[in-house]
Amino acid sequence: MTDQTAGEVVTKAQRTLWGDVLRQFLQHKGGVAGSIIFLFILGAVLFGPFIHTIDPQFLDIRNKNLGPTWGHPMGTDNLGRDMLAQVLSGGRVSLAVGIAAMALSLLVGTLIGIIAGFFQKLDGPLMRTTDLFLALPILPLLLVIIMLFRDSLRSVFGPEMGIFFLIVFVIGITSWMNTARIVRGEVLAIKEREFVLAARSVGTHSWKIVARHIFPNVLSPVMVSATLGIANAIITESSLSFLGLGFPSDFPTWGRLLFDGANFMTLNPARVIWPGLAISLTVLSVNYIGDGIRDALDPRIRGR
Amino acid sequence: MLNYTLRRLLFAIPTLLVISFIIFLILDLAPGDPTGSLPLTIPAEVRAKIREALGVGEPIHIAYVKWLRGFFIYEPLHWLDQMGLVIGDPSSRPRIISFATRGPVVDLLMERIPQTLWVVGLSYVVGILIAIPIGVISAYKQYSWFDQFGTFISMVGFSVPTFFTGLLMIVIFSVQLGWFPSVYDTTLEVNSLGTFWLQVKQMIMPVTVLALFNAAQISRFMRASMLDNLTQDYVRTARAKGMSEKVVVLTHVLRNSLIPVVTVIALGIPTIFGGAIITEQIFRVNGLGQLLIIGIQGSDFPLVQTLTFLFAILIVLFNLIADIVYGMLDPRIRYD
Repeated sequence: MTDQTAGEVVTKAQRTLWGDVLRQFLQHKGGVAGSIIFLFILGAVLFGPFIHTIDPQFLDIRNKNLGPTWGHPMGTDNLGRDMLAQVLSGGRVSLAVGIAAMALSLLVGTLIGIIAGFFQKLDGPLMRTTDLFLALPILPLLLVIIMLFRDSLRSVFGPEMGIFFLIVFVIGITSWMNTARIVRGEVLAIKEREFVLAARSVGTHSWKIVARHIFPNVLSPVMVSATLGIANAIITESSLSFLGLGFPSDFPTWGRLLFDGANFMTLNPARVIWPGLAISLTVLSVNYIGDGIRDALDPRIRGR
Repeated sequence: MLNYTLRRLLFAIPTLLVISFIIFLILDLAPGDPTGSLPLTIPAEVRAKIREALGVGEPIHIAYVKWLRGFFIYEPLHWLDQMGLVIGDPSSRPRIISFATRGPVVDLLMERIPQTLWVVGLSYVVGILIAIPIGVISAYKQYSWFDQFGTFISMVGFSVPTFFTGLLMIVIFSVQLGWFPSVYDTTLEVNSLGTFWLQVKQMIMPVTVLALFNAAQISRFMRASMLDNLTQDYVRTARAKGMSEKVVVLTHVLRNSLIPVVTVIALGIPTIFGGAIITEQIFRVNGLGQLLIIGIQGSDFPLVQTLTFLFAILIVLFNLIADIVYGMLDPRIRYD
């Protein structure tokens, strides 16, 4: 499979690391298909509401529980709200939560990983903290935190932003541990390398070494963690909403739509299928992208 | 090995103490009120008395020590009492009492554990039994159609959340086909072939949903581990000696590949209890997960505290078991 490309590559004028990575990624069928589907979902969620202009919260009680029609491609719910519009607006929230929680978890994980790996004194305490977090029962704790703090945060940030901040914060703060461990391992290996010694010998400050020499070299495991993080955050948020402890009905996410639809399953199974399909496709495509990136960044595979 | 085990056990104690304190702190900071769900006609002073009787509003360190004493000393002693071994005076030992039911929390847990263990435990066993053959065949015939298909299915099983597969199964098999009941009936007593069949029918869907999810994860590990081993020198040696392919794969490679998979299986046991929270909610199985949700919704702090801590113990315990089993199975691993 790769023999042919090796012949073609010779004729190319210049090869860069990221060019090679991209080329290898494009060879990974699952990764490419995942990217296309993910970009499609992202595009649909971002620009769909401009094409399908029905307000997701508009009540049209005469047209309740409709099957698919031209006006309502996914039908309507028990209050006559358009399902397609709800799935699109729910997707915005779900994806926003996924990406924001992933960003927070990466930030915390990378920071702790780099500090633990680079500064030997902090390694012990930080890694014990990581082990402690790994031993926490995450889902029960998330449920407890959200149930208990939902109301007080709502009164501070308003009903929508309050729950958004809370969910992003709790997911981010309970999912950074694996990133931290991987990054720490990488940093421990990299800081013994000659270029770090060289930087140190010319008097570079520790933080400069971290920013300029260590951080760019741990980017690849961080990128793989990022894709897994999005998938994980979307699933966690949907689980919470599905248990009725996430976003409220008037500010629905895919998980919440599924939770609300479950009660009308016998009457209108489409209400369960569309949001569920949206979650599943998004997570599946993100996981395939992660697989592709991992293969593309693995020099043992790329070298072939 | 014994030395290592003892050291790990000793290390687990402070970890668990810190975790229990974190859980306690979160619950204590929370604004929830256990009397909030009582009728509004109850006067404020009676309400205050109820809160006092429940032990709400005690300083946090006192409440925490009381709970610790209850969980680590009184409950095990109570258990011994019931076994017929009475130490000291049982009546002087207050048990951990649930706010909602006013009964001991541990008794509530004991009522719920069998359902959870049946559904979750069986699904894990079924998942492992599906995953190992799939992983072995996919790795042995790498890039064959079976492998492509199996890898795709395991990716799907791994990505599609259990609450969607569960609902989908209910839509198909309960609503459309009417084969299986969508609600798990715990009051069913299995005393004849007919009721046994009913029990099997109501367990099929929850067990399948969880089993598919577990099988997807384990088969990925199994395949990767088999692939690592199939290219090793000892496999070539075994083949060169003229051993049959069956012996090479099933005796030599499989046994070595199972070493990391066994640890993955052990590490997964506590997380499936967490995942079971959702499955129990879908199929209305009244197990531990459902108890937790009820407890959280009713601000039943002693119940939530005890149950969450139980999950934490499971995680720490199975981490330890995974490491020890790994050390026992693989003689190359030396912890000392």
